[in-house]
Amino acid sequence: MQAFTILLDGVAYGMILFIISVGLTVTMGLMRIVNLAHGAFAMVGGYFATVLTLKGIPFLWSCVAAGLFAGALGALAEMTLYRPLYRKGELQQVLLTIGLCFICISALTLFVGATPLPAIVPAWLDRMVYIGYRDYPLYRLFLIGVGALMALVVWWIMERTLFGAKLRAAVDDPQMARAVGVNVNKLFLFTFVGGCALAGFGAAVGAGIMSLEPFYALRYLVYFLIVVAVGGMGSFRGSLVAALLIGVVDTAGRYLVPQFGGFLLYVLIFSLLLWRPNGLLPPKSAT
Amino acid sequence: MSEIARAPASLSPPSPLWHALPWALALGFFFVGDGYHSLGVNILVMILFTLSLDLALGYAGIITLGHAAFFGLGAYAAGLFNIHVDNDPLLGLAFASLLAAAFGLLTGMLILHTKGETLLMLTLAISEILYEAANHMRWLTRGDDGLDGIRPGPLLGLFRFDLWGKTSFLYVLAVLFVCFVISWRVVRSPFGRSLDGIRQNSRRMRAIGTPVWWRLVAMYALSAGMAGAAGALSAQTARLVGLSVFQLLTSGIVAVMLVLGGERRLYGAFIGATIYVLVQDIAGAINPFYWMFVIGVLLIVIVLFFEGGLMGVIDAARAKLVRKKASGEAK
Amino acid sequence: MSASVLTVRGLCKNFGALAVTQNVDLDIAAGARIGLIGPNGAGKTTLVNLLTGMLTSDRGEIALDGARIERLSPEHRVRRGLVRTHQINTLLMELTARDNVAIAVAERRKFAWRLLRYGPQWRACVEEAQTYLEEIGIAHAGGRRVSLLPYGEQRLLEIAIALSLKPRVMLLDEPGAGIPSTEAHLIHEALERLPSEVSIMLIEHDMDLVFRFAKDIVVLVLGAVLTRDVPARISVDPRVRSVYLGRSVV
Repeated sequence: MQAFTILLDGVAYGMILFIISVGLTVTMGLMRIVNLAHGAFAMVGGYFATVLTLKGIPFLWSCVAAGLFAGALGALAEMTLYRPLYRKGELQQVLLTIGLCFICISALTLFVGATPLPAIVPAWLDRMVYIGYRDYPLYRLFLIGVGALMALVVWWIMERTLFGAKLRAAVDDPQMARAVGVNVNKLFLFTFVGGCALAGFGAAVGAGIMSLEPFYALRYLVYFLIVVAVGGMGSFRGSLVAALLIGVVDTAGRYLVPQFGGFLLYVLIFSLLLWRPNGLLPPKSAT
Repeated sequence: MSEIARAPASLSPPSPLWHALPWALALGFFFVGDGYHSLGVNILVMILFTLSLDLALGYAGIITLGHAAFFGLGAYAAGLFNIHVDNDPLLGLAFASLLAAAFGLLTGMLILHTKGETLLMLTLAISEILYEAANHMRWLTRGDDGLDGIRPGPLLGLFRFDLWGKTSFLYVLAVLFVCFVISWRVVRSPFGRSLDGIRQNSRRMRAIGTPVWWRLVAMYALSAGMAGAAGALSAQTARLVGLSVFQLLTSGIVAVMLVLGGERRLYGAFIGATIYVLVQDIAGAINPFYWMFVIGVLLIVIVLFFEGGLMGVIDAARAKLVRKKASGEAK
Repeated sequence: MSASVLTVRGLCKNFGALAVTQNVDLDIAAGARIGLIGPNGAGKTTLVNLLTGMLTSDRGEIALDGARIERLSPEHRVRRGLVRTHQINTLLMELTARDNVAIAVAERRKFAWRLLRYGPQWRACVEEAQTYLEEIGIAHAGGRRVSLLPYGEQRLLEIAIALSLKPRVMLLDEPGAGIPSTEAHLIHEALERLPSEVSIMLIEHDMDLVFRFAKDIVVLVLGAVLTRDVPARISVDPRVRSVYLGRSVV
């Protein structure tokens, strides 16, 4: 039964990784931007939610507000900083976005402080429920539910709306999409904002297991990037599979072989990428 | 002719005087910089690290976020060699850079088939693997306590490492000079030019019979060896190695220093690393997070407005001067 | 016919169910001047890619000077003397025209593995490079950045690079593509100046250029060789005319 508990823990963790990373996979797949500031947008959202919650605003509303706030910041950043980047090389993209990351880290440290924020899990979630063989934290079940809901929403947008159709077309074949009259600039903006909003929301909701502190933006960035690379850049399904896989493997590693957990995770990722350089489920354009 | 004057790549090579300038400055600093020699050592080590990245990333176009792996490997190798094998600093340096080069050769052979974001992730994964390995091999590396007790013996058996870092300064400066001369020759050799070609268009190079993969692997190994030397110097002069050498931040910082100074210019490493370390030292003395803020803003400004880094700005100014002179002579 | 330098037997390539190269036999003699023509989609570029190793064939043999090469990498084939030019521009735009050639010379003379010798050897390469530019007729462009050269001269530079590799066989993939008709004669003049001992296969849409240059024309249709003959007879061949759907061939 311990295996099932590990699985649940891993899935809860994976769901948070998914909510935060799905925006990154689309920006990296669609816009071809190595966006190392994605974690910073998530972190700022998480901070915003924590401040609101501590001021007495209900948890869920704070999380939604965090998403809106991160999305608004994303819009601002896309229009001013990212647009000139589309034509530049990977190195320039890496550096500008790392610069953005540095600014967020230092600003939060200077204005809020270097210590980790208190977790903002509300009382109604912060309890145990019986799941057939043992007590299990309701919060983690809640995360799994929210993650599944978000996956459904993203799936619905990608598969059932005109916006999603355009998005998929642009990821698969950017030139063709432009040629048939998709306004790629607008598409980039909306996608970027959506991705940042999800990241901010995800960081706020998941703050109970991924605790917020100024270096959040760099510490978890590696995980977000891994989800994108392993899933296949631009692949929404791939990022879900990869996020769950990494969540479960990382959790299992920490439980079962605490000495080598992290080591094994990276070796696995390294081998996966050598075996499938375009990720597990790459979009058509990458193959 | 005017278009040639505008292109920085075809500026006349700098006169010997320009070449002597950074080295003369460094030597001058040695005599007047009492109390700041360890800061100077830190700068020189970072210049060497940045120089190594310029070879791989700048010239060969190998996009990497994992150069910390080689720096860290060199640092731990030199430290452990000093503690367990022999305290001769030059032997330790040679051991560390050869080990790093071998590791670069091996990993390069594995990953240099890929490019772009996949390569970025693979390089990152390698340094994370080393981080985790060093973290868990506590019996060897002492984990997050850091490896201390490094006591390099006298240099060449003659010069003791003093407390103020004067010997260290000259030692590191000499190693940097040797590595710089090697880099200078390599990027001007047919080998270096073929890598410049690979960066611009690997398809073209295949069409003229270049073994692209082997060539990239060779440059990567060379760069890794140099990064390992930088790590070894850091371990020997600071007498301490911490796990943070393997972190993403280390790889990020060296890329920052490179772009700050300007890629593919060799001397860009000198300017970028110097400014970075100085800003870190000055702003960091006030509040360690100020420097991060300043560097962040600097990066954004450089990427958006000064493509060639600070060396690019200098070159543009020089080109302007040349044009002005030329038009003056025409009159 | 003199001894064949490049010999192809039964070469086949399928993309899924689509046969893009069907049982191609081809002999290219020393000093040959062959034109490869065919309607769009006939598989001309695929054939070039198979010969040079950019694609691997499913079946068949390719031999250069009697030695089998169909399993060799593109680089190795180049080093053995099978050189191509590209339809699209693959020049190193940031360098001068002369350096573009010199890099190829360095590769051919095996200087490119000497990491620390930068002076005399590179200068020797640059000097040799200039001779090829002269041979092709663009000596004046040597010191200019490629990105600043007119398109026609860029195409000529591509040929100069191929020449500098001292090839046994040169495959020229549409050297005239995209060149304004006023400059087309430059390409023709450059082709006429190529050393007579080098075998050349020209893949071209500009029929004028092909029929003036080639002594021998191979017609490729749906991935298979339809016929091979001298230009005078190709131009009156009813099968060739029907393939081009009445389009005037001469």
